[in-house]
Amino acid sequence: MSEIERTATSALEQGRPVWEYADAPESTKIVKLEDRYGLFVGGEFVEPKSGTYFTTIDPATEEPLAEIAEAGPEDVDLAVTAARSAYETAWRDLPGSERAKYLYRIARQIQERAREFAVLETMNGGKPIKESRDVDLPLAAAHFFYYAGWADKLEYAFPNRAPRPVGVAGQIIPWNFPMLMAAWKIAPALATGNTVILKPAETTPLTALLLAQVIQEAELPPGVVNIVTGAGATGSSLVEHDDVDKIAFTGSTEVGKIIRRSTAGTGKRLTLELGGKAANIVFEDAPLDQAVEGVVNGIFFNQGHVCCAGSRLLVQEPVFEPLLDKLKERLQTLRVGNPLDKNTDIGAINSRAQLTKIEELVAVGVEEGAEIYQPECVLPERGFWFRPTLFTNVSQSHRIAREEIFGPVLSILTFRTPDEAVEKANNTPYGLSAGIWTEKGSRILWMAERMNAGVVWANTFNRFDPTSPFGGYKESGFGREGGLQGLEPYLELGR
Amino acid sequence: MTSSDRIPVRRTAKLFIAGEFPRSESGRSYEAFSHDGQLLARVSRASRKDLRDAVRAARAAFPGWAGKTAYNRAQILYRVAELMEGRHGQFESELADAGAQDPARGVSASIDRWVWYAGWADKIGQVLGGTNPVAGPYFNFTIPEPTGVVGIVAPADRSLLGLVTRLAPAIVSGNTAVVLASESSPLPAVSLGEVLATSDVPGGVVNILTGLTAEIVPWLAGHMDVNAIDVTGVPSELLPKVEELAAENVKRVVRGSDADPFSPEAQSPYDVTSLMEFKTVWHPMGA
Repeated sequence: MSEIERTATSALEQGRPVWEYADAPESTKIVKLEDRYGLFVGGEFVEPKSGTYFTTIDPATEEPLAEIAEAGPEDVDLAVTAARSAYETAWRDLPGSERAKYLYRIARQIQERAREFAVLETMNGGKPIKESRDVDLPLAAAHFFYYAGWADKLEYAFPNRAPRPVGVAGQIIPWNFPMLMAAWKIAPALATGNTVILKPAETTPLTALLLAQVIQEAELPPGVVNIVTGAGATGSSLVEHDDVDKIAFTGSTEVGKIIRRSTAGTGKRLTLELGGKAANIVFEDAPLDQAVEGVVNGIFFNQGHVCCAGSRLLVQEPVFEPLLDKLKERLQTLRVGNPLDKNTDIGAINSRAQLTKIEELVAVGVEEGAEIYQPECVLPERGFWFRPTLFTNVSQSHRIAREEIFGPVLSILTFRTPDEAVEKANNTPYGLSAGIWTEKGSRILWMAERMNAGVVWANTFNRFDPTSPFGGYKESGFGREGGLQGLEPYLELGR
Repeated sequence: MTSSDRIPVRRTAKLFIAGEFPRSESGRSYEAFSHDGQLLARVSRASRKDLRDAVRAARAAFPGWAGKTAYNRAQILYRVAELMEGRHGQFESELADAGAQDPARGVSASIDRWVWYAGWADKIGQVLGGTNPVAGPYFNFTIPEPTGVVGIVAPADRSLLGLVTRLAPAIVSGNTAVVLASESSPLPAVSLGEVLATSDVPGGVVNILTGLTAEIVPWLAGHMDVNAIDVTGVPSELLPKVEELAAENVKRVVRGSDADPFSPEAQSPYDVTSLMEFKTVWHPMGA
């Protein structure tokens, strides 16, 4: 009996519905990997002066994919020099209408090569192909398309404020949405006339390097976009470089605070998009089946590697038990495994380090007395995997209710009154997002007003759009990305 | 008896916390002098405990103040202007003591600044918020909301106009404030506290501390329940330290314009939004 058949038999014996799916793997033939990638500086791929390379792997198989250059301080300096030169000679003074055309070109080429990008994203990061194909890539292209249109309309966005670019921007992005975060960072920066040095995350450099090829093909002036790969040390070199005017960082609150300290007194502009511990709040009148889907999407989308994930479920007491039953049932049907399979719901954990962190926090949850639930499912033998996990009997003081786990782990708490829901939802130093599930429109707006969070989703979760500003309150950071507000961090504005 | 024979009743300059006027719990004071060296008063030298009390008062006042209608906040700020007008002469003499070249003009400009910002209360969201045409069945809108508790380090010079220029845009949106008065010329700030206390501004919305800038600023910058700090009056040598301390709870650090405080450039709706957070709401649409 195969593993799938064994699981199905076991489910049948327990009287649960059985969903069988044949394998539906996406082909990787579309992706042409190089053995080794240099740094993208001044419009060319160059060997690193550091002379060092690191291996990037597929977290679903632990197989190496390519060797990646590690940018040292000298490499970062060359990239900054290239960006400064491009800023002064090619980009700053180019009419907005012409900048726009380059960005439209990039958007179109991303659309044309979307499948290639999606497969590569899944291979390098472990996220399910249906997400990289249907969410990450369409949104990345849409961001370039949206901001392209702003490039020659900035005076309308900021009337009487004489918008001017800031200069050279250093941008550091995380591993959870590598291509989408590159788009969020590069598109508004270029539309507003800045040049950039982008540092992708250490574990997921490949789609950014493919984007570099797109940028070459788009014939963007050399040096307008530079991409330096590496780990934390590369990021530090970029943050500390004297000729960088602005730093944009997306990542953990811990590193965000380090960057804030490191830029103290330098006059560098700074935006931070940091961690979260969002409340997803289900009222007793919510459409429960719809809410279950939203809760699942809220915490298991992208293996829970989402800063705005709905990692704290707050359920109104009368519907706690029916909701929990439905959630457990739904978890049994989630398919965990090969991210390249089009039926996969939960892919690989991005790295061994992240898997270890998740395992440690889950162990703490059990030690602190919360009750754990994980569905039966067969995990592949190689690669980094974690079962979708629920915790009940969670109190607000538990670490699993306070700390960002950044994995497929949901902590469930209950409340009685709307006021109590507000109190519990806001009882965190974070403030990135919140979810509200109710049929009452007035309650949606009442709750939305009281959430200390930059994004509030009602009867939905984890929706993104280039026109919709995104960013945090409190320790989730400052500055907005997306929408008209997303232009401001990249502009000097008069009064 | 002529007026010159009468013994005047002197005012005791005190702190302004939670709508009350306590002395520093530390019992400390320092001497404030006029620009020509005359002793004007002994003012309270706020301690770290006073600062904590002020932050606690500001936090407690925040939900009520932010929850008032914008129309109501507009009227209350306008009321501040009304009451300052009645004390025009007192503020003038305090500014003259501080060495202002044209005290009457400074007081008038300060009053007008309150009036200008009062009008923004119910317009800032209209001008700087909006709806976003997302590709899906959602009504998506973005509105600016107050950040929370704001620490304001008032400029050392322009002890009245400089302070009002930073305080009015901070509180008009619903923030509450802990203000550190000009160390060298604290008396206009003390008088402003007395105006605020009688202007329908709820207790705790504005708290005013007097004391030593270099001593209090790091306490303010490091306080975990202060959401933002306005560093306009922070001496440049202290600024790196303030930004480092602000990292601990990801405080927003804002600085006022260098524009001449009498010029139109000294007032801006962006001084209001720099102490606000943009919130975006996705509301479902469907029949």
